[in-house]
Amino acid sequence: MGVIAEAWTWLTTGANWSGDGGAAHRLAEHLYVSGIALAVACLIALPVALYLGHVGKGGGLAVNLSNVGRAVPVFAVLALFMMTPLRNSGYLPTVIALVLFAVPPLLTNAYVGMTEVDRSVREAARGMGMSGTQLFVRVELPLAYPMIMTGLRSAAVQVIATASIAAMVGLGGLGRIITAGFNTYDTAQVFAGAVLVALLALVVEGVLVALDRLLSPLRRRRTV
Amino acid sequence: MAGQNCLVANDWICGEYLRSRSHELTEATVQHIWITAASVLIGLAVAFPLALLARRGRHFAGPVLGLTTVLYTVPSLAMFSLLLPLFGLSAALVVTGLVLYSLTILVRNILAGLEAVPQEAREAATGMGYGPVRLLWEVELPLALPALMAGLRIATVSTVALTTVGSLVGKGGLGNLIEDALPSFFKAQVLTASVLCVLLAVAADLLLLGVQRLLTPWTRIRTSAGASGVQGIAKTEAG
Repeated sequence: MGVIAEAWTWLTTGANWSGDGGAAHRLAEHLYVSGIALAVACLIALPVALYLGHVGKGGGLAVNLSNVGRAVPVFAVLALFMMTPLRNSGYLPTVIALVLFAVPPLLTNAYVGMTEVDRSVREAARGMGMSGTQLFVRVELPLAYPMIMTGLRSAAVQVIATASIAAMVGLGGLGRIITAGFNTYDTAQVFAGAVLVALLALVVEGVLVALDRLLSPLRRRRTV
Repeated sequence: MAGQNCLVANDWICGEYLRSRSHELTEATVQHIWITAASVLIGLAVAFPLALLARRGRHFAGPVLGLTTVLYTVPSLAMFSLLLPLFGLSAALVVTGLVLYSLTILVRNILAGLEAVPQEAREAATGMGYGPVRLLWEVELPLALPALMAGLRIATVSTVALTTVGSLVGKGGLGNLIEDALPSFFKAQVLTASVLCVLLAVAADLLLLGVQRLLTPWTRIRTSAGASGVQGIAKTEAG
């Protein structure tokens, strides 16, 4: 396994981390576009999903959207953006693509979480005299929380993966280390870049799992 | 002459492109289809024993589900690149990567299908003298088929889309055409290949839906009753 040793050497060589095309800058780009895209996607998807779930409408939209999200290739969308004047606007094409692919999992999971709240629980809350807002904040939201977090996790994984594919059309991000390695037939660099991208995805997933446990409204009540 | 002009003018939609490059388009589509089909079929062949293993208890279920989830978290670009030292620039690399991705959805859905088999059905079959193998093939598998097919459809549609990333190593079916068109900003080629990709995903989904209906004729009675068809889709979504 000479490649692994060479990739390790690549990763531990300081020169590979510095400069404009260096790993540090690529990682920063990756986190920057991913963070912005995830925030924008949450701002778009969560209010829509939570509202639709609260009033119990729009199930078809939630289901179809995630089916469409699966069928459309990320690479094709990014390539189509590069054919338009969008290609001259820095990180914008990447961010738009990331948002497009992060919205379906967020929306579908939050919606399913809201609609799966037990009917009898809703009726009990109403019977106790809760208003629509109280019902939403104190009953529906805590019960839908696990599914909302599941959606957030799959959206985050999707965003990290999509941001790496941006490199295939020449846009910034950690994937550029991989594509640069392919261009120079440097298998060690390809492997090193892949390890970085995979680690980033796993770390983000791990952080979100930990955050989920820390913030869960039901868990807190159980332990206190 | 108007047809020639749309290639020169670099229009999004170009009939002349479809005519003059039909051979190239067919070749890419065929590669796309066989890479997808091979990946999903191998994925199914690997996922089935894994699901049976996971069913034997928490002892096995934890590692199997954990491993497939970790694999699913790895971005496709990284997955293909990590396999490069093992496979080189080959279609086997792309197929292996896609198989690893399909496992998560397939194992979960097969497991969910098998676990949803009513205990009474199992007991009735055992009482009638069915052995474990016959119980699996003649009772449990047919009852788990709707969940299995739902997983197969999701896995196939995602695999069609992910195959394009295989163009990283020159084996991405229609993705190769997209990659080739990037340096020259060849709009017609990017759009045509992208649209074909989506059509391929939709066609594969409908084909599998047809297969599912043929294999499970007993579910059709319920679907024809009305709204339950919509519920069926919603359920696969949650699964």
